Amino acid sequence: MNTMNATGINAATTEGGQTADATEDRPYGPTRGQPFADEARFKLRDVSVYYGETAAIKKVSLDVARNEVISFIGPSGCGKSTFLRTLNRMNDSIDGCRVEGQLTLDGEDIYSDSRDVVELRARVGMVFQKPNPFPKSIYDNVAYGPRIHGLANRKSELDDIVERSLRGSGLWEEVKDRLDAPATGFSGGQQQRLCIARAIAVSPEVVLMDEPCSALDPIATAKVEELISELSESYTIVIVTHSMQQAARVSDRTAYFHLGHLVEVDETNQVFTSPQHELTESYITGRFG
Amino acid sequence: MSDQDDIYGDHISHQFNDELARLKEDFLHMGGMVEQQVADAIQALTNGDGELASQVRQKDKKVDRLELEIDEEATRIIARRQPTARDLRLVISVIKMVADLERIGDEAKKTAKLAMRLAEEGQAPRGYVEVRNIGRHVGQMLHDALDSFARLDSEQALEIIREDARVDEEYQGAARTLLTFMMEDPRNISRCMSVMWVLRALERVGDHACNIAEHVIFMVKGEDVRHASMEEAERVVGGP
Repeated sequence: MNTMNATGINAATTEGGQTADATEDRPYGPTRGQPFADEARFKLRDVSVYYGETAAIKKVSLDVARNEVISFIGPSGCGKSTFLRTLNRMNDSIDGCRVEGQLTLDGEDIYSDSRDVVELRARVGMVFQKPNPFPKSIYDNVAYGPRIHGLANRKSELDDIVERSLRGSGLWEEVKDRLDAPATGFSGGQQQRLCIARAIAVSPEVVLMDEPCSALDPIATAKVEELISELSESYTIVIVTHSMQQAARVSDRTAYFHLGHLVEVDETNQVFTSPQHELTESYITGRFG
Repeated sequence: MSDQDDIYGDHISHQFNDELARLKEDFLHMGGMVEQQVADAIQALTNGDGELASQVRQKDKKVDRLELEIDEEATRIIARRQPTARDLRLVISVIKMVADLERIGDEAKKTAKLAMRLAEEGQAPRGYVEVRNIGRHVGQMLHDALDSFARLDSEQALEIIREDARVDEEYQGAARTLLTFMMEDPRNISRCMSVMWVLRALERVGDHACNIAEHVIFMVKGEDVRHASMEEAERVVGGP
């Protein structure tokens, strides 16, 4: 189904995803709720992701709006992390992984041959499940990205970026006197906030987070969640989480994935009080998962 | 366990199932008790039975205690389970409906108190037919409201909201009748006023039954029909 034209999204695609009944492509029916947004950064249409012959994501259509926090939830193996990684082509390095469909960021094709992947990943940063600081000092961790992207001409400019990023991730007051200390000596929560500082140091437009709090204690989790809501003023945030309470707390919209299908996506309040699809209801109320 | 129970009974956590089942049971237990209180209060009044009226007033303390217990149960579930979707709607609705039941209990107590006064003074000559009629009507509404909760039957709940308008009309009619008695002979005024308060209390019972019905619709359909027009409520219940 190729209903895309040169200028953007054909209305027929938008309608098609909403009105069709359950088909072979969509055994759970059309995606319920509000998959599309007026001010979309990412426009994703009929996206399928294959590992070899196996489809991990099946014809998912979704918009991610400017400055929104959207959570992807679903049982293990539902494809939510796979889908997240298509947004900055982190799947490229996986052998046999193939992405189909239309994926655009601000109207530009993410998967076009001419796309500079390094530049894409600077615009779409990522924070991983386990904090993965480089075995370097705090300063060098944050300065790494700006250095390789040539964002600072002078030491003072780099200092500014490092301070701004560490302030942005709420870490500045804790580390400002120890910028030369090795990052690996800090607590898990601090390391994760350092990784967030590293991600925002290159001034990305979007930050992807793949279960950013699953290795953290409740206090560190609360700090990262607080940070997410602050960051959402400047960035678009897409977060994959196993914690439904976390999705309920931090996100504007919540998307529920099931066996590679996007079953429902809607305002978080709506999803957690009156979900429309029986599968969403079963998952969030703890009836399976 | 019926099908209706099953929708709250299929969590991975059996303990959560049990907690929700107990909350429903306790709510229905309190509902049954309040229903009996209303019936007894009306009977005490129309039969001039001061003893029964006194029992109703005593029993109200037990109703109050149940309200606290159920609220505590609901709070515990929220704290421990963080319920969502239909589970959340059940817990929130029970917290609100329990307040309505407690208020119905209070109206029954008020009626019993007036029944005792009237029994001491000797029977009031007028208005008992109206009390019996409205009492039967709101008693049925309360019964149906609890039934619609037990069965998760939003259509039955909608019917209760319709009935409430009829009770209001009956109340207006009865008030006019009593006013006529009072104008006929001012010596009737004191007793007629007592009967008027009883009618007012029963009319309030109907309002609370109606509130419960609105919460049942919220539980089942996920849409709040409080302060909505009848057409809006019909749309919610009739919808998919």
